[in-house]
Amino acid sequence: MKLPKFVVEKRSHLPVWLRVLLPVFAILLSFIFTSIIILFAKKNPISAFYNIFYGALGTRLGLMETIVKTTPLILTGVAVSLAFTGKFWNIGAEGQLYAGAFAATWVGIMKLPLPSPLYILLEIAVGFIAGALWGVIPGILKAKYKVDDVVTTLLMNSIMIYLVTAVLEGTWRDPVTSWPQSIMIATNAEFPKLIARSRVHFGIVVALVAIALVYILLKYTKLGFEIRATGSKSEAAHFLGINTTKTIILTALISGGLAALAGVGEVAGLHYHLTENISPGYGYTGIIIAMLAGLNPIAVVLASFFFGIIITGAQYMSRITGITSFIADVVQGVILLTMLGMLLLQEYRIRRAK
Amino acid sequence: MKEFLTAGFLIGLLSATLRMATPLIIATLGETFSERSGVLNLGIEGTMLLGSLVAFLVAYRTNNLWLGVFSAGFSGILLSLLMAFFTVTLGVSQHVSGLGITIFASGLSLFIYRQVIGSPSIPPTVTTFKTVAVPLLSKIPIIGPILFDQYALTYIAILLVPICGYILFKTNFGLSLRAVGENPESADALGINVYKTRYVSLMIAGFLMGIAGSFFTLAYFNMFLYGIVGGRGWVCIALVIFANWIPSKVLLGALLFGGVDALQLRLQAIGFNIPYQFFLMMPYVLTIIVLVIVARRASYPSALLKPYRRE
Repeated sequence: MKLPKFVVEKRSHLPVWLRVLLPVFAILLSFIFTSIIILFAKKNPISAFYNIFYGALGTRLGLMETIVKTTPLILTGVAVSLAFTGKFWNIGAEGQLYAGAFAATWVGIMKLPLPSPLYILLEIAVGFIAGALWGVIPGILKAKYKVDDVVTTLLMNSIMIYLVTAVLEGTWRDPVTSWPQSIMIATNAEFPKLIARSRVHFGIVVALVAIALVYILLKYTKLGFEIRATGSKSEAAHFLGINTTKTIILTALISGGLAALAGVGEVAGLHYHLTENISPGYGYTGIIIAMLAGLNPIAVVLASFFFGIIITGAQYMSRITGITSFIADVVQGVILLTMLGMLLLQEYRIRRAK
Repeated sequence: MKEFLTAGFLIGLLSATLRMATPLIIATLGETFSERSGVLNLGIEGTMLLGSLVAFLVAYRTNNLWLGVFSAGFSGILLSLLMAFFTVTLGVSQHVSGLGITIFASGLSLFIYRQVIGSPSIPPTVTTFKTVAVPLLSKIPIIGPILFDQYALTYIAILLVPICGYILFKTNFGLSLRAVGENPESADALGINVYKTRYVSLMIAGFLMGIAGSFFTLAYFNMFLYGIVGGRGWVCIALVIFANWIPSKVLLGALLFGGVDALQLRLQAIGFNIPYQFFLMMPYVLTIIVLVIVARRASYPSALLKPYRRE
């Protein structure tokens, strides 16, 4: 019997159906791998995944919480997508998120006599600037001194967390509870709630506006073109007369600011004060979202909603089945790896030899 | 300020420097192997965390600390095979593969700990390694207690420095390994199996990273904590650059970082009017400053980050 021969060849273009199907495949595959891990823990994977989805989508409360969790994820996801588009390896969205939360709290606890919309705008602006400044440091170090951005952004996450805890256990410590948390921000600094009997807040609007702006930036502006050119091949960008140093610094600035808005929303929209654990790793999940979305800002919304489901549902599932909610972290890691494997199918195709 | 000037303070500080440097030396040597063969392994942070958990659970169940250490090394090898599958066999982004391994391994560590131990009000502990005083040598004043009254793993870490240097620069395997990291096409033409060499390099790296993790739960602390590695894996990535991919300089870098770590602990204890977190930050800030200084003259292995595909 003669076996058919196959050849692997580079794809010339990527069909749209494949671009949609690959993340779906990656998710299904990761569910299978995660199921094996759940089986090792002598638990039922089907009940686990059913309860994750039921907990996140099956009830009104669940769905609202999923939207709440999706809000910061959209912002960290789009921050990372933009950075990766320009080949700025921003792994520091977590630290930038805290920079934003820190700044928003600082403005919020001043209790300024401002009309609410103006106060909120001020929080967003100051938060964005704080994250942009924190994010631009590794950008400058990369562009001007050739310091590896992955390492610096990761190290700066640790530094930011220590900065926040230092202030929370020091000058900002709540004098009433003496917990390491700030006092409440002013009532007129709070984001309005969007849906009655839920915690869904104005942050989701901020997130969606950010998505639209990044989409326009990348697609229709000169800077967007320069970011894409710098990302695709810096030699080509150089040839086109693009100042890559300036482009990388601007990319870092905007990316850091966007990630910081996630922190602003968590403080001003959800908790109304700052704590050490305001983010359960939204910055890192942003990396996975960016990869799953293929760095496309619109797809970031869908991918964020998906991870909103996983994170919200895992907590519900944990109460029902006794499997710890850390399974959500395992799922995230596995999805990143399976998606990465899928990207190979995006680049190459297997064809029957003639 | 008198505390600084006593011999006791200095001996304590230098002895702690070696202790704090131990996991950094072992893990950074591992990362050196990986990068010399052309693979940046950002899985290091997760590999160390899983190693610390596996070491703890095995030691807790069997009361055998060394079995814990080797199990941690073995868990590191398993993760390195996953890393190798993605970066060598599939040849996809080394950055993202490594981060994926770290996110996966961290999630898995916390998942396993919670599933096996639960969340009791008093976390379980193990009886840690004791320091081993070298006969006679440990009696030498000042130098004795600093150098010759350490954990066995610390001695091993220091011995590993010349051993790794020897393997990398004096053996045929080391030559192949470096050739594969500098110019895989030529290495292949010379008959060196690029894939196999990178797989083996990554496995050595994983083994060392896992063992480095075991130090946290079996010597430094006596229990497993969620943030136990706390970004030290990322510090190791920086140390490799600082050391210019040379084992003897790895020792120097790790001691420098360990020294700052040991100093900040003592400064905390003395109690300045500064929040202790600023001391905790010091090693990370220092690492970034050092990176800025060495970045321009760092000579990265030429094929680092580049997957090899045979045409």
